[in-house]
Amino acid sequence: MLEVTELHTYYGFSHILHGVSLTVNREQVLAVLGRNGVGKTTLVHSIISFAKPAGGRIKLEGHDITGFPAHQIVRRGIALVPQGRRVFRSLSVLENLTIPFRCRTEGTSRSWDIESAFDAFPTLRARRDQRAGNLSGGEQQMLAMARALVSNPKVLLLDEPSEGLAPLIVRELSDVIKELAQQGMAVLLIEQNFNMALRTAQRILVMSRGQIVHRSSPQELAENQEIKARYLGM
Amino acid sequence: MEFWIIQSLNALSFAMLLFLLCAGLSLIFGLMNILNLAHGSCYLVGAYTALSVIAWSDNFFLGLVSGSVAAGAVGFVLQRFLLQRIYGRRLLQVLLTFGCMFILGDLAIIIWGADPTTLRKPEGLTGAVDLGGIIFPKYRLFVIAVGITIGIALWLFQEKTKWGAILRAGVDDEQMARAVGINVPALFTVVFILGTALTGLSGVLGGPFVGVYPGVDLEVLLLAVVVIIVGGLGSMKGAFFGSLIVASLDNFGKALFPELAMFTIFAPMAIILAVKPTGLWGRVL
Ligand SMILES: Nc1ncnc2c1ncn2[C@@H]1O[C@H](COP(=O)(O)OP(=O)(O)O)[C@@H](O)[C@H]1O
Ligand SMILES: [Mg+2]
Repeated sequence: MLEVTELHTYYGFSHILHGVSLTVNREQVLAVLGRNGVGKTTLVHSIISFAKPAGGRIKLEGHDITGFPAHQIVRRGIALVPQGRRVFRSLSVLENLTIPFRCRTEGTSRSWDIESAFDAFPTLRARRDQRAGNLSGGEQQMLAMARALVSNPKVLLLDEPSEGLAPLIVRELSDVIKELAQQGMAVLLIEQNFNMALRTAQRILVMSRGQIVHRSSPQELAENQEIKARYLGM
Repeated sequence: MEFWIIQSLNALSFAMLLFLLCAGLSLIFGLMNILNLAHGSCYLVGAYTALSVIAWSDNFFLGLVSGSVAAGAVGFVLQRFLLQRIYGRRLLQVLLTFGCMFILGDLAIIIWGADPTTLRKPEGLTGAVDLGGIIFPKYRLFVIAVGITIGIALWLFQEKTKWGAILRAGVDDEQMARAVGINVPALFTVVFILGTALTGLSGVLGGPFVGVYPGVDLEVLLLAVVVIIVGGLGSMKGAFFGSLIVASLDNFGKALFPELAMFTIFAPMAIILAVKPTGLWGRVL
């Protein structure tokens, strides 16, 4: 579904991504784990075109979308739940869900609209007319998810969705993400939370200094003490 | 008592003119972070275009429309072909828009000459009305009505429509607006046109009492900057109440202490800048 090959991204003169390649298939959650500052957000930003990659290719369903403006990439079916949530603070909850572009859905995957997003996150329905800036952290995370979903994406990019959430809410979030994948979405889950990645993903990549240094199933990674110690500080 | 009522109405009509002048500047700054120094030129272009159109058609309302369209066209060219190339580079934006102000000012002199003129008031709005013993110019009441109407319309647009929500989302977090599929470059162009067209409208409305002459572009730019410093950059509310404050200070200052002239608006501006640098209703940048 989403295919990234040999991505190189710079901020000014600092070389952040050193040839990152990955593929996310539909009905799959692919997690990327890594410590702070290794380039996870830069990877997501390169895919959604906030940062312009200097080299490499990004393909969505076989079509090259490298270098497209962000809004066109989104309109082709990639949605982002960014690090730090970034809900539109001065808009009401309902307005946050009204403005995203709605992609057409074909066939198999579940189709989303504002009502079904409210069904999935009932708290948001109760707060529909409140300013998003006044929501709690957990509610803002739900809103950021709902905002991504109402655009009916084929690929969902999640950048540290568990950051700052209580363990119970992280669990719920993990279940929601798994369900989304089961319903046909391709999910790229960026995490620092090892357990969250472990219980959510089918495959895990470990990132260090702008490179993927390990690829395996969650079980293999859980048993690989060396990788965990070296790259994840565990 | 009569003195106060008349002066208040004067201040109100001037405030509405200022609001129309500043709404666009504030809108553009709030969304794009561009302080458009060619803003006064849009006022000038609007007023001069209306001058010609009214002379030709003898219809003030055609003048209003054509002045707004001409200013909006200037805004379109400025944004689409010049500013879009230097997006995010503050110093270049300042230099470019400042330069455009001089070029447009000189072009206006070539086309319309350098003699100060005033626009003719529309038929039916000349003369004064008797408001229960208080005699007040009809045209100024008209300006108040237009200002309030457009103020309410802008407010409804911003707060109650999907387009307004998209605009506010762009102000909140422009990058995230792109990431929900909003065509932000197109939004920028539309808002720039809207903002400069409003300014052109203020030029036509102000034409009959402020007049139009070489240098009025810089004068109104200065006033507009004072208003948004007082009211706060990038907020429509700030533009509205900032206009009310500045117009009152200006009007009552001149009426009560004529010898102090500009001091009555610049001194409060300096105080507000020192005490609350974001302006009274400004966003924290
Ligand atoms: N806008 C930026 N400009 C310059 N350097 C940046 C920028 N954003 C991130 N960086 C740098 O790039 C590196 C990777 O950052 P990031 O992708 O945010 O890491 P992560 O999300 O894995 O914590 C860090 O060293 C960071 O300092
Ligand atoms: Mg990050």
